[in-house]
Amino acid sequence: MAVMSVNPTRMELTNLKRKLVTARRGHKLLKDKRDELMRRFLELVRENKRLRAEVEAGIKQANVKMSLARSSMSDEVLNVALELPAQEMSLEITEKNVMSVMIPQFDVSFKTADESGIYSYGYAFTSADLDDAVKSLSEIMPKMIRLAEVEKSCSLMASEIEKTRRRVNALEHVMIPQYEDTIKYIAMKLDENERSATTRLMKVKDMMLEQSHHYSERAN
Amino acid sequence: MYKIAAVGDKDSIYGFASLGLDVFPVTQAHEAKLTMKKLADSDYAVIYITEKLLSLIPEEIEKYKDSPLPCIIPIPGVNGNTGIGMKNVSRSVEQAVGSDIIS
Repeated sequence: MAVMSVNPTRMELTNLKRKLVTARRGHKLLKDKRDELMRRFLELVRENKRLRAEVEAGIKQANVKMSLARSSMSDEVLNVALELPAQEMSLEITEKNVMSVMIPQFDVSFKTADESGIYSYGYAFTSADLDDAVKSLSEIMPKMIRLAEVEKSCSLMASEIEKTRRRVNALEHVMIPQYEDTIKYIAMKLDENERSATTRLMKVKDMMLEQSHHYSERAN
Repeated sequence: MYKIAAVGDKDSIYGFASLGLDVFPVTQAHEAKLTMKKLADSDYAVIYITEKLLSLIPEEIEKYKDSPLPCIIPIPGVNGNTGIGMKNVSRSVEQAVGSDIIS
């Protein structure tokens, strides 16, 4: 039994009862928050896992093509080809509020809308493998952006879930039992005081009657 | 307007340059630290980093874990996949649920 160190007074009792009601409501709300966060998190984390597998496979493929390209071209030519990109990618970020966790949402925009903008070189001196490599990278790019978004959201939500779970557990297993026990303790203490006051009054009454009527002498 | 960066050894990330990402060829741990700091302080929202480089500076990455930006995403480099990326996903599941239930 975990009783807080308080004075067993009626005022303390009222305060504690009010606190217990608040704690119970907070506990319910936090539990709902945790459950909903968990549901969304699991959805997101499944997507995360799928995306990551896809992206990793895609990059691996692109790397294979890239090494093919590198083997058929000299380093200088390759460097010159990739040195000055024609395309430029920029992100617009909006934040979405999921159960008070701010998760980022990315919106990609390109400098040139032209699809061939990814080839920053003339085709004369480079091998076709380089085109292949760049193309497969550009195909995997939207997934990589989405992966970034999802992975960040997952890690933010994971830490929020951990925090919420701690709070729920603290309320459920520490705060609420403590309040309940203390309330019970004060109630019993007050009842006890009341009983002892009644007994005292009865005793005093007996003594007063005895004084004025001398019952015990008459009985003899 | 935010930008995207790719950090890692030159061979792994040079392809991204043509897509319009900013590439930062780095191989050493201390260089990587400086670069990450610089990138996180300027307006890069997403930083792709090769798994190999990430394994050299894990504590640097940990710092940005709870802030909304930047997103630091490990990608496999030319020397292959080390599985750090997947491990990170499992770790966040473990943090949230208590054990890795999706694997």
